[in-house]
Amino acid sequence: MTAVAIDLPATYLTERQTVGSWLLTRDHKRIALLFFASITFFFFIGGFAATLIRLHLVTPQGGLLQPDIYNRMFTIHGIVMVWFFLIPAIPTTLGNFLVPLMIGAHDLAFPRLNLASWYVFNLSGVLLLYMLLMGGVDTGWTFYTPFSTAYANGYVTAAAVTVFINGFSTIMTALNFVVTIHRLRAPGMYWSRLPLFIWAIYATSLVMLLATPVLAMTLLLIGLERLMGVGIFDPALGGDPLLFQHMFWFYSHPAVYIMILPAMGLVSEIVACFARKPIFGYTGMTYALLAIAVISFLVWGHHMFTAGISLFSGIVFSLMSFLVAVPSAIKVFNWTATLHKGSIAFDAPMLYALGFVGLFTMGGLTGLMVATLALDVHLTDTYFVIAHFHYIMVGGAVSAYFGGLHYWWPKITGRLYPEIWARAAAILMFLGFNLTFFPQFILGYLGMPRRYYAYAPELQVWNVLSSAGASILAIAYLMPLVYLTWSLLRGRHASPNPWLATGLEWQTSSPPPKENFARTPNVTTEPYHYDPETGACIAQNGTACA
Amino acid sequence: MTVLRPETQYATLAQQGEAAQLGMWAFLATEVLFFGGLIFTYFIYRAAYPADFANAARDTELWCGSVNAALLVTSSLSMVLAIEAAAMGRQRAVLFWLGITAVLGIAFLAIKGYEYAADYRHQLVPALNFLLKPGYRPPGELFWIFYFTATGLHAIHLTIGVALVLLMLVRARIGTIGPLYYAPLEVVGLYWSFVDIVWLFLFPALYLPGRG
Repeated sequence: MTAVAIDLPATYLTERQTVGSWLLTRDHKRIALLFFASITFFFFIGGFAATLIRLHLVTPQGGLLQPDIYNRMFTIHGIVMVWFFLIPAIPTTLGNFLVPLMIGAHDLAFPRLNLASWYVFNLSGVLLLYMLLMGGVDTGWTFYTPFSTAYANGYVTAAAVTVFINGFSTIMTALNFVVTIHRLRAPGMYWSRLPLFIWAIYATSLVMLLATPVLAMTLLLIGLERLMGVGIFDPALGGDPLLFQHMFWFYSHPAVYIMILPAMGLVSEIVACFARKPIFGYTGMTYALLAIAVISFLVWGHHMFTAGISLFSGIVFSLMSFLVAVPSAIKVFNWTATLHKGSIAFDAPMLYALGFVGLFTMGGLTGLMVATLALDVHLTDTYFVIAHFHYIMVGGAVSAYFGGLHYWWPKITGRLYPEIWARAAAILMFLGFNLTFFPQFILGYLGMPRRYYAYAPELQVWNVLSSAGASILAIAYLMPLVYLTWSLLRGRHASPNPWLATGLEWQTSSPPPKENFARTPNVTTEPYHYDPETGACIAQNGTACA
Repeated sequence: MTVLRPETQYATLAQQGEAAQLGMWAFLATEVLFFGGLIFTYFIYRAAYPADFANAARDTELWCGSVNAALLVTSSLSMVLAIEAAAMGRQRAVLFWLGITAVLGIAFLAIKGYEYAADYRHQLVPALNFLLKPGYRPPGELFWIFYFTATGLHAIHLTIGVALVLLMLVRARIGTIGPLYYAPLEVVGLYWSFVDIVWLFLFPALYLPGRG
């Protein structure tokens, strides 16, 4: 045994341990960890802003924050959570780590570009912090004109530049994934054998590539308008403020799917593994992912039903929004069907994944309500909308992110996390989330507008419930920070395949060596060869899981 | 000639070259959407204010735009000839055609600079020096905002293109591009052609309205 211990090959973590070897690394696994550090930092900044908002709203008259500060807080919360957490969260961390491993490659196609993406991301992050310290922005994360260009007092141009630069990072990462998935699959890893997480990352990357440049152009125009004092969206010059909304949502609606598609991929991996069953309707799942990606480009007008678009375009956009629910529903039904007669284990990743399915369904169904023209007139710009998209993004995407983080934690770190604590955190997160956001559906339905500094006294009870839920949620988010850090030092060592899963990433050591695989794997079979009777499984390279 | 090896994640140089090409195509897709957003916005406003845009467009320097169109189209030819020469291993021809391409690109930028100076003298630069001519309406200024945004972005792209061509010149000279591996040159060629094509959209859209 001692001989084995001495001959233990260097892992990507132990290979070289100088600061320079980390900051100049081209290893996708190390870059994933670098991104993980950046993203966690911004998650807590965005969360801090949310905490202040919820504390402020405990009393109808507010009082904790000055009105102007309140506006800046929800703007910061939006900008940080959208561009510095939700959009990059899963692709740059788990995606970066897993894409080459899952397809049997030794790295991403462009390792230097991958590292550059992290530096560009941090550059935009530094600009963001600068903008925050100078006083922030009060326009909301949507930068609507003419408010943002003619009236807002904050650092709108700095914010636009921040998000513009951030977009380069998104594009670099997406481009890397697309080329890697096309060109670096191991022998036998046909498209029909790709794990669903890879399909999800692929669909996400396509949306990133095609949507982000339009946002860049929109921000460029708005920056020019504000900086140079020329009027591109200014009615005085003949400009059209609604055009800004069209261009902004042409990006920002697909961006919602950038946030949720990778989460769907993670959940597919987890559900199949912990139900010990092949995923139900693999082909349907892949087409559903692609269909969501395509339709996501055709629904942006549903953000503008009450902004003054024509009734005809309202009807078309409403119809398209209903249409995108079809592939989304296919995915929910297929996860449920995968559970049917499975041999289900409720480990922490599975708890997070099941939480995702339920909360995503809630978010999706309420999405149909706001996609209905007549209902939207009542619900638009109320807390109902806030609750709806938080069910998708926080209940959905963030739950899945935590599920994925726990599921691959042994692979990433070589250590097992404490299961009891993880399950407690998963359940607490689910409860805290619902307590925070379900009252907001009621608040919105009762007519409480979003972004308001104060509200009618009779709405206080629901706001207090929501803020109480937020405090539970905050604890549930801090718990993994503590016990996952603890596990780095004290956790039990993980075997290569602790969950007995079928993906290629489990066929190398935990943590993997720098080059991922000693030899390029040969793929002989589809993913998800699980047997619910015995719990046994066959990995994608044809060997029995062990 | 230097012996070339693929990077560790690739099995062969051919695979590495294919990946590089696909990467550039994907990047160009983002560029299409980037310029597409701008050109689309331009046409929306032009459809809303056809007369104002036609009046404004008549004040552009037609000869500058036309000569520049000719220069860029020619430069795409020399770029392709450079790639062909690389494939056949004729190193001197590669250097020659890359040099021609860079010179044509720089000539474009020089004429563009001259044109910007003329526009400034004619008080056509919004925010810096702009005077609405008598009888013209405010949307005329909108035209000039788009003119400078679009041609400015194009000039930035072309400047990057010239830098890349010069980089290829160096790489061809030291021998890291040769008949066995010239994918970087092809990738730069793709980019160069794209910048050329953008001009083929901008030229008629910005210079020709109102001159029929």
